[in-house]
Formats: sequence, structure tokens, C-alpha cells
Amino acid sequence: MSTIDELPASTGVVGTRLKRREDPALLTGEARFVDDLDVAGALHVAIVRSPYAHARIRAVDLSIAAELPGVVAAFSGADLRDEWAGPMPTAWVVTPDMRNPTHLPVAVDTACYAGDAVAVVVGESAFAAKDAADAVVVDYEPLPAVIDLEAALSDRVLVHEELGTNVSYTWELTPDPEGVERAFASAVHHVKERFIQQRLLPSPMEPRGVCVVPQPYGGDVTVYSATQVPHILKIMVGLTLGIPEHSIRVIAPSVGGGFGAKLDVYAEELLCTALARRLGRPVRWTEERSEGAQATIHGRGQIQDIELAADADGRITAVRARIMADMGAYLQLITAGIPLLGAFVYHGSYDVPLYSFHCTGVFTTKTPTDAYRGAGRPEATYAIERAMDALARKVGVDPAEVRHRNFIKADQFPYTSAAGLTFDSGDYDTALERALELANYPDLRLEQQARRERNDPVQLGIGLSSYVEMCGLAPSRVLASLNYTAGGWESATVRVLPTGKVQVVTGTSPHGQGHETSWSMIVADKLGVSPDDVQVLHSDTAISPHGLDTYGSRSLSVGGTALWLATDKVIAKARTIAAHLLEAAEDDLDFAGGAFSVRGTPTASLPLAAVAFEAFTAHNLPDGVEPTLEASMTWDPPNFVFPFGTHVAVVEIDTDTGATRLRRYVAVDDCGNQVNPLIVEGQIHGGIVQGIAQALFEEAVYDPDGNLVTTTLADYLVPSAAEFPGFTLDHTVTPSPTNPMGVKGIGEAGTIAATPAVMNAVVDALSPYGIRDIDMPASPWRVWQAVQAARATGGAR
Amino acid sequence: MTVNGTAYEHEVEPRLLLVDYLRRVVGLTGTNVGCDSSSCGACTVLVDGESVKACTMLAVQARGRSVTTIEGLGSLGALHPVQAAFQDHHGLQCGFCTPGMVLAAVSLLAENPHPTEEEVRLGLEGNLCRCTGYQNIVKAVLAAARPAEVTA
Repeated sequence: MSTIDELPASTGVVGTRLKRREDPALLTGEARFVDDLDVAGALHVAIVRSPYAHARIRAVDLSIAAELPGVVAAFSGADLRDEWAGPMPTAWVVTPDMRNPTHLPVAVDTACYAGDAVAVVVGESAFAAKDAADAVVVDYEPLPAVIDLEAALSDRVLVHEELGTNVSYTWELTPDPEGVERAFASAVHHVKERFIQQRLLPSPMEPRGVCVVPQPYGGDVTVYSATQVPHILKIMVGLTLGIPEHSIRVIAPSVGGGFGAKLDVYAEELLCTALARRLGRPVRWTEERSEGAQATIHGRGQIQDIELAADADGRITAVRARIMADMGAYLQLITAGIPLLGAFVYHGSYDVPLYSFHCTGVFTTKTPTDAYRGAGRPEATYAIERAMDALARKVGVDPAEVRHRNFIKADQFPYTSAAGLTFDSGDYDTALERALELANYPDLRLEQQARRERNDPVQLGIGLSSYVEMCGLAPSRVLASLNYTAGGWESATVRVLPTGKVQVVTGTSPHGQGHETSWSMIVADKLGVSPDDVQVLHSDTAISPHGLDTYGSRSLSVGGTALWLATDKVIAKARTIAAHLLEAAEDDLDFAGGAFSVRGTPTASLPLAAVAFEAFTAHNLPDGVEPTLEASMTWDPPNFVFPFGTHVAVVEIDTDTGATRLRRYVAVDDCGNQVNPLIVEGQIHGGIVQGIAQALFEEAVYDPDGNLVTTTLADYLVPSAAEFPGFTLDHTVTPSPTNPMGVKGIGEAGTIAATPAVMNAVVDALSPYGIRDIDMPASPWRVWQAVQAARATGGAR
Repeated sequence: MTVNGTAYEHEVEPRLLLVDYLRRVVGLTGTNVGCDSSSCGACTVLVDGESVKACTMLAVQARGRSVTTIEGLGSLGALHPVQAAFQDHHGLQCGFCTPGMVLAAVSLLAENPHPTEEEVRLGLEGNLCRCTGYQNIVKAVLAAARPAEVTA
């Protein structure tokens, strides 16, 4: 425990807390985000957005706006209709009969959510464009909004009349329906809970931005975008605008966080590209925060009904999950598939023999939902972990004990779940035990008991969350079985330059994860060179033509593995050349410390740099060996990876004010071998805070008319440093057998684990009042109301 | 106004915010814009040595004042101690909030050279970060205040 397994051929760089090479540029303001790019002659776009959740667009009058100073052009949706070779892209058609309304970058007839684009103004400056956007007169005929998921299911108000229903799809995974029925019929304990996953605004600190530069010769276009997915964006820009893909270059410069919100193809990216080509000038747009609250995808948005069947000891015999998932008004890139990323983990880290999952995707007149950190797995984990505490209460055992009784045991791996996945490796009991030890769990329970006995107005709550998640998206064949349009591989190129310096090209596209540092460590370690001598290139489709980008905690286990294997290929080629030069058999060569040497003849050695120079001059290469020392690898993972762990949240709730204070937070995570623990810990810290934020602070609130009322960071409570204690972290190391580094993803684990840990703690604190659930976020107001209601009906005190 | 020691004189619209002046007119893009409501602190700069959200001040209000942006703090080869502490302790990930966060920390330490952890957390309340969970930011600021006492 708490040690890094030694990786093969290590020079000791992998596994160390190397400081990030990305930082100096970011710390000094040298780094360039999209809005920082100085593009001469760029025009600015301002977008007129529907103030109504649902409205017919009767007329768009651009005449006043077009005459204002500094305005270059103004367009309605109808004016731009012919720019689109296809509608906004949806890459995940989850069922053959999935209903997918036509979605254009600028609405033509009907606006379907508040924030839907209805007109565009292009100006010489951002001020000019925005001023003119205010002068666009749109004649709307308001239509009824439908906000609530169950109301939407009734089809009384249709979001898209032409579909005849608000149901986009239903998707089911129930391998043994009769078995599930039998299990529930014979269950001793039956837990049945409904949980609400409120909508969240992903809120990366950098708002979205795009700048499109038409190239004067040859009709090429360069798209700079604050995106997580430059490679996917390139394809989609080509398809949606009918531009040959090879004439599009997409560059994601410094990108200020994504969290799934930038894993998409947005109207503004397509719009700026269309306008830049139409007007023959660079065109740019930078989102305002309040604009983004409506125009950037939301996360979560589900109603979850989960049931557990269990025997007298609390051993689970079946899990049944029924969810309604809010699609919003349209299907964005992978909107429909997000709930299904949770479909395989509603049984959590437990050995559950029978399983049933059913999801209904529902349209509402709200901003589309899509991936937000964890994407489906936080929702699933929340439901099962809350339900586990409910089961513990029913059985009358400690929440830790009910988890131990149900965990998949370490000797059961590889474990094939009732949902059909093969879990790679795990030791869930050890992580739970370690977390309880670090939290001084027995002492906390004693303190809790004492506070309860003396009716202390400040009650203590202890919440556990033992999670496992599937990440490392994804095996292409599994994606095929889920009807996803693309694969899940990743690509890497490693080239040793003539002077021995190393250049790495990756298809991953970091936006805060520190890939430049970690990737350099992986390659440096294998080649026996300094990480400082390894350059990492990424996020430019002209430099890195093949890639599937960064999301789903995939970059290390898929992209890093591609890099690892590409480096192996480089070493193999170098070995062939070195053997030739040293006049030795390849098998007799050792490669260590960046040099080949002949076994038994230590004086006969050749540094990698010398081999690279020979490969460059090509003066003396073996027959049939191509010049230059370079290799590429595309890795399609055979399976997902399954990081896991247990988090413990300790909260104090002032029952007189409803205020919840997070007193302690312990996280024990296992992501297999770690390349850079400094970065791993940073990912966990950040993930935990986003998970806690869902539990205690954040909610995208709509009023009954469909207006989003939390459009600023004053209304939407992204928490500050003042809301948190320092977290206590530890880890176990259970390498994944599915990739050569034994690594698993860690980008989303903290978010997945934290929300149920905190909510279990909140409910635990309030359980003397008979309170079994509080909707998230558990704001002081909600907690206070629940306590007041409980006191009125004779709950504690 | 003076920005990072250089005097600038421009005729500007009265509505121009200090942050837009710095970014668009002076061309210093290290100061970032993260919200429209003075909530996030990404645009924090120092005005006469005190931290100010540059979206809460009009450029004309900064007339005659001395402004320090992140570009004026340290350089790539010679990081300011607070910048260096952020790198040493992984106090940044995407880096978008970082210039504002660093300047807020510089201002905090100028007022309170030896803050407690709680004072750092409260002192940085006006600056939001979505990546780090704040833990390593707090650690970095404490380390900058007490370089010998905090280890990575």
C-alpha cells in the first residue's frame, strides 16, 4: 500500500512527483487561450438568443441592427439555412428508432429552449456586435414550456411537434428478467428509493471561445477552439458544413478546463466557420458566462428509481434501476448516450447476481444535457451508494459492514458482472478498511452517538461511498455494440530526432491534465533520456492527425498505452540499427540508461542518440531498414479499466440553521500504477470538490416558464476555497492487467465518489429526525425545512 | 496609467473596463475574463499593490494608478516566489484562474505575511478555481509564506 509498483525498464522518472512543465507559461500569462489570440482583422460575432423556452419565430427584423456603426453583417436562421450541409451532429444514436429532432446552429422556425440562437450579428468589434444584437427585433409567438421530466413524459406539451412525443428513446439492459422478478419476490429486504440528479453547469473557468481563420490560398480554414476534442471537431465541421475534411485544421490552444462541457460540437464553432468562409475574414466569438449558462451543455438531470433485493443478512440478490434522463431540447454530440455510461455500474462495487437497467431519454424545453465529469457513472454511483445506506438501515448493520458483505472480493477478478462487463482488477475491502482507519471511524461513531444523546444542535454525519467506475473510453467493439459512431482507440508517434532529442505526438488533447509532463515521463523512462529532452505535441490536427482526444478518463490508459507501445517500436528499430553497427546479434544487446550495449562486452555500447544520428544520415543502415527513427502506434484497448476506492465524508449540521459544514474528507483511491502522483492527487482533489459541489452547492434552476435563473456565478454556486477543509488522501495500487503500464483513469473518480459520500453523511446526521433523503444540493434552506418538518411531527427534539 | 512599470496613455470609451483595457488596448492577455458578474476573480490584478478584480473597475478609474498584471510579476525564467510555489505544489491545472489566483495570493501575503490555512482559504474566497479543489493552491500559498516549513 502507498507504494508504486516498480515499472519495467524504469529509470525512476515514472512514479515520481515531477513538477509540471506546463506551469511556467500558465503562471506568467504567456500561455494563449483562444480569446488571447491576436488575429488581425478578425470580426466578432454576437448571437441573439431566444428569451423564451419555447417559441415560434414569426419574423426576424435585422434592418436596424445592420445599419448600426461597426456592423458588417446580420443574419437570421433562415438566411443561414443553406450554409449547413447537415444538422448539428449527434454521434450516439443509442437505438435504431431513437428520435432526434433536426438541430440547426441557428434556429429557423422554432426556438426550443431559452438561449437557442435565433439571429447573428457580425461586427468589427465585440462591442459593435453586441450593441447591434440588442437592436435585432424578433417577433416570437410563445409556446408552452415543459420543464419537468414526468410532465414531459405525458406528452401534453410537445417540445418537437413533428416527433409526436417527447420520448427520444428507451434503452434496456436486463439479461434475465424472470430472475430479477423472482429475486424481488423472494427478497427479505426490499429497498426502493427515488433520487433526483439535479442539472449542473459544468463551468470550466475558461468560457468557450472560437476563432476561425480562412486561409487566403487554397480555401483552407483554421479553427481555433476551446475544445477537448479537436479531432472530432474537425470531422464534424467537415460533415456539417460540407467542407472537405483535409482542408480543415483544428487547433485547441491552451484550454481552460473542460469537464465534458468542451466535449462537444457547438453551434458557435460551426457558425464562425460558416461566417469566416462566407465573409472571407477571420471570425471570432467568446462566450460570456451568463450566455454560456444557457448555451453550453448542462450535466446530470435525471430521476432515478433504484431498488435492491436482499436476503436477511443484507446480501444483495438483485438491483433494478429505472431512470428518466433529461435530454434537454436537442441531442448534442453524445447526449443520448450519457445515461448509458452509467447503465453498467448501477450495481456498484458489489457482487450482484441479477441486474436490470432501463432508461427513458426525454426531451424538455431546456438547454441540452451532455457529458459532465463522470458522465453517467456519478449518477449510477450516487443511486447505488445512497441505496446501500438505506439497505444498511433496513438490515440494522453499519454502512461499512453492508458494503463488506456485498463487495466483489479481490479473488473474484477478473469479474464478469451481471450487466455483462468484465472488471479488470480490484481490492475493494482493503480500500474501505484503509479509509475507515484514516477517518478514525469508530471514534466518529462514538462522537456521533454522544451528540445524539445530548441533543446537540450540531449533529455529526458520517458518509461512505465505495465506488468503482468504468473508464478509459473505450474498446471500439464495445462502442459498436452501443451504437456509438466512432471508435475508442488512441494514437501516438515517437520520433528520435537526429540530435537525440525526442518528439512525441499524441492524439490526446489536454486541458489541465498535464499530459505534456506525464507523457514525457513515460517516454523518457523507456528511452533512458531526461524528460526535458522529450517534447510533447498535441491538440493541432495538422501536427497530430490521428486522435480521439480527451474525456472519459481515457488519456493515460488508452493514449499513454499507445505512447508506451510506440516507444517500444522505436526501441526495436533502434536495436536493429545498433546491432548492425555494433556487429552483434540483436538478442545480445541490452538497452539501459539510454544506450545499447553488447551483453558481456560492456565497452561495446552505443547511445540512442548515436543510433538516431545513424538513422538520419542513413549512411550505414542494415538492408531493408528505412531511414529515420520514428514509430507510430494506434492502441485499441481490449477492455475498460475500473478504478475504485472508498471516500469518507464527515459533516456537521447545525440543525437550528440548516448549515452543513464539511469537517473532514478522506479518500482512498486505486488507479493502478501512477505515472505522476502529484498530478494524480490534483485530479482527485479537483474531482472531490466538483462532487461535493453537486451535493451541497450547485443547481441549474429553471422557473416554471423555462427560464434558467442561475446564469451567473453569483447565482450558481461554484464553491470557493473557504468551503472546504484539506482532504486526506491515500491510495492502494492494484494494477490493471489490460494495459502494459497497469494504469487506470483518475480524472473522474473523485467526482464519482464524493457526491454520495457527502449526501450519505448529511442523511446520516439527520437520521435521528427520521429524515431519509434531502434533494441536492443540500442547502441550508432545504436542510432547515426538513428539520423543521421533522420537529413538527415529533422527530428528534 | 502605469502598467507593470510602463506608462500608457490612451483615449478610451468611458464604459471600457480595466480588464478590457489591459487585454485589448495594452495587449496583456495574461489577465483572464471568467465571468460577467465579478464573481470568479480570474481578472484579479494589483492596483497600487492591492488586489482588484479588473472587471469591477473602469479603465478611466485607473487613471494615474499603478497596475500590476501577471506579466509584471515574474518571468518564464525567473518566477516570483508565489508563482514558483504554485508550480512546486501543483497549485494549477488548466491555469485559467491562475494569474488572478496568484495575484490575489500576492496581495493576501502582503497584508498577512504569515497566514493560517483558514486565513488563506478565506482570503482567496473571491477567486474560483474549477480544477484543483484548492488544496494545492492553499498549500502553495502557505509554502510561499513559510518556505522552510512546507514540503511537497
